[in-house]
Amino acid sequence: MSTRGSAIFDGGRIVPLLILIAVVLALAGAAEFAPTVVQRRITQGLINLVAVVGLYVFVGNSGVLSFGNVAFMAIGAYVSALLTMPAAAKGVFLPDLPAFLAATEWPGLAGALAGGAAAALVALVAGFPLMRLSGISASIATFAILVVSYVVLGNWTSVTGGQNSLMGLPIYVGLWTAAGWAVAAIVVAFLHQESRSGLLLRASREDEVAAAASGVHMVSHRLAAFVISAFVSGIAGVLLAHFLGTVRVETFYLDLTFLIIAMLVIGGMRSLTGAVAGAIVITLLTELMRLAEIGVTVGDMTIAAPGGLGDALLALLMLLIILFRPNGIAGGREISWPFGPATPTTETQPRKPQ
Amino acid sequence: MMGQAIQVLVDAVSVGGLYALTALGIGLIFGVMRLINFAHAQLIMIAGYAVLLFFAQSAALAVLGAVVGAVLLALLIERTAFRPLRGADPATLLIASFAVSFFIEKTMIMLVGSRPKGVDFLSALARQVEIAGVRLQLLQLVTILVSVVLLVATTWFLKSTRLGLEMRAAAENFRMAEVLGIRANRVIATAFAISGLLAAAVACLFVAQTGLVQPRMGLQLVIIAFVGTVIGGLGSLPGAAFGGFLVGVATILLQALLPPELRVFREAFLFLAVAVVLVVRPQGLIPARGLKERI
Repeated sequence: MSTRGSAIFDGGRIVPLLILIAVVLALAGAAEFAPTVVQRRITQGLINLVAVVGLYVFVGNSGVLSFGNVAFMAIGAYVSALLTMPAAAKGVFLPDLPAFLAATEWPGLAGALAGGAAAALVALVAGFPLMRLSGISASIATFAILVVSYVVLGNWTSVTGGQNSLMGLPIYVGLWTAAGWAVAAIVVAFLHQESRSGLLLRASREDEVAAAASGVHMVSHRLAAFVISAFVSGIAGVLLAHFLGTVRVETFYLDLTFLIIAMLVIGGMRSLTGAVAGAIVITLLTELMRLAEIGVTVGDMTIAAPGGLGDALLALLMLLIILFRPNGIAGGREISWPFGPATPTTETQPRKPQ
Repeated sequence: MMGQAIQVLVDAVSVGGLYALTALGIGLIFGVMRLINFAHAQLIMIAGYAVLLFFAQSAALAVLGAVVGAVLLALLIERTAFRPLRGADPATLLIASFAVSFFIEKTMIMLVGSRPKGVDFLSALARQVEIAGVRLQLLQLVTILVSVVLLVATTWFLKSTRLGLEMRAAAENFRMAEVLGIRANRVIATAFAISGLLAAAVACLFVAQTGLVQPRMGLQLVIIAFVGTVIGGLGSLPGAAFGGFLVGVATILLQALLPPELRVFREAFLFLAVAVVLVVRPQGLIPARGLKERI
């Protein structure tokens, strides 16, 4: 095969994708036999995985940190909620809803795609001016997106219910729905990073000036990554909403932002493997910490870790990773067969700015 | 009507002063390290808890405790987290400061719980005084006074002392300053100490105003003040102070002038302004010198 489009099937470039999909499916398969509580935790972990992969599509490929992706999750969650909630529930929680929204009862999948599309549209409109900014200014701008969406969603009472929760969403996200979307997110992220636009963006991440000198129009590739990233994040928000059955604006602010960024940083934000590894490892760790906070009962005594220890440890772990292993668990590489020849990689070590 | 206008004005200036001090603390660190210090919120928080610890003994002890606590924490995070990362790219520094900020906040929540605690600190200042027919809160006047004194003192330090000169040189071109024999560790540690001091002042004024201490108390202040740092011009110290002041005044004026149904969206307007400033005038209102990225 020699056409460009099939290049990813040559030379084992597709191997990481296959392994990552296998890992997700294996995790979901194992959860199938676990108790309900653990199964729910793993489902939530898979939803987080979609969110981390969504963040990775922009952050990993562009090298610009984004604080805004949780805003896209919120947009996805609210749009899907408004389109899929039963009309009766909307009558209770949102009496002032415009008539055309009050009557719609879309099926789950259509609502999910609409949620992702709405997030992508917002990213396109906001990103068009903001993606021209240089690294740190762009990060600040994404932070502005987060705050604006938080304030608007939290106070636009007639449409979002403001500070109150929206309840009565159809709960259709279970283990395999989450696993299916996780696989889809991984495929999208992989195809993007192997695409022409993704590779050019990665080139500009390594050396902006050299890439520009080679004719790479960084801004448009950044914008493309930002829009795809927002779509995947929007889907993650939709999944979270229809997993919990409620939407609250408080869910989508700094704590979730921190969790998703921590997962990406700890896993390693320079490769898709890192994003997936971070989501899985941190999900398992937080689950262990949760058990530790509940404690073990020995006779009459309960030995438990203090509440909130998990959060503090997560922040500490993130800090230690930045200090001692800046490329995270994955070290900036994609996963490969454990015993086979190493997969070719486009990675290089990041250079310190001059 | 006139009295009301003056009240709003005093309100605006005192809030503006508070934000100016906060923005200056953030701007100092950005100036010397190109680091956006999210953990500034935790410096304010720790100073607040120092006030909680000592306010029963005496107000002076509480203020002293706040200063010592915030300065020590600032020096500690500089030494342990940010010094090893000096010279790392801005995105790494940004993530690091985000992690430090969350680590301190979550540790505090683990240790003392997340519920707010009441503090009866300087409550005598909260009473109203009447000056020339206008009812004002004494605390607001004190806030204005403290802000002015600290801004003048910081300016004096930066303009007239050797260390201040070194700090401005480092802010303008860190590498050149190092080549010319400025000791980076000392300059950066001093910047952190001053930012701790400013955080302590903000914490004392803020606690006196709200009467509450809680693990997330600095967050809102820092997020808004950060807007000021960007609008004023990242890396420019007069810009930070002026931007912070402007944002403080703007929040109060928006509160007073916006129709009630739009008031709740106040912060959204502020952050829209940030995005607009970044796109239209990325160097801010008072641009910093020497910030242009070199190749």
